[in-house]
Amino acid sequence: MSAQKFAPGDLVRVRDDYPPGHVRTPVYVRGKIGRVTRHFGAFGNPELLAYRLTGPAEELYEVRFLQSDLWDDYQGSERDCVDLDLYRNWLEKI
Amino acid sequence: MPHDHHDHDHPAHSPPQPDDKVHSYYQILGVALKELLIEKGIVTADEVRSAIEKRDQITPAHGAAVVARAWSDAGFRTRLLTDANAAVAELGYPMTTTRLVAVENTADVHNVVVCTLCSCYPRELLGLPPAWYKSRAYRARIVHEPRAVLAEFGTQLLEETEVRVHDSTADMRFLVVPRRPAGTESLDEAALAELVSRDSMIGVAVVRQP
Repeated sequence: MSAQKFAPGDLVRVRDDYPPGHVRTPVYVRGKIGRVTRHFGAFGNPELLAYRLTGPAEELYEVRFLQSDLWDDYQGSERDCVDLDLYRNWLEKI
Repeated sequence: MPHDHHDHDHPAHSPPQPDDKVHSYYQILGVALKELLIEKGIVTADEVRSAIEKRDQITPAHGAAVVARAWSDAGFRTRLLTDANAAVAELGYPMTTTRLVAVENTADVHNVVVCTLCSCYPRELLGLPPAWYKSRAYRARIVHEPRAVLAEFGTQLLEETEVRVHDSTADMRFLVVPRRPAGTESLDEAALAELVSRDSMIGVAVVRQP
């Protein structure tokens, strides 16, 4: 198991990847940079579970993205953000 | 076309019959799956019916009781924000299939919940989500122009308030703990719970002063 773990405060980049299958990483954050805000523990990997495959559980993190980093035309406070729950296999440390 | 010029025959002003509609591909798939599971003896029709009945008995009043307790009991509020599953189970609302995360609105932060990928929602606590929660328009727009969407719901936020959207992409389900309105100091927990609406626990509304 590649045990690259993140801690709250770490900056991460979401993989800019478009594999087929039951992927729970929305397209609007792929390739985007966010900050880890929480670690939830390990959960079953939906990309395997959807096909009744077994495999190691994936660490799940809450990652906060500033709206202004997601959309060029964002209207609102510069602190406005979106939090997503993302599995470790989608996150790269930067 | 004037009503009396109908060229087909039906009883006048009969109420719409749900069975008349054409089922979608996915509805037919669902019915076929259910029938197969019953025919193969994996579940019984009564078990399916009973599960639906049980789910239909869960209402936003359960969540409102949780919020009212959090407003009234500082210890409970702390437990709710640190381990929401354990906290709601204390009130007799066990959530057994998903993890619940309570997020609290403050003077500085307003939380709002969506599931952009499908329709994840704390169903074990609040019941079924409203139709708009599952609509493509809400799901697409709330993560891109949340302030405009909130304004359409009648919720105007100060420019300096941080709008924090929670996209339920994985195993967590989110409950917004709205702010307790001023002027409610004398209300007991039951009266407070009456004020807490479903939409305020999704985060598209705030709780108003009674």
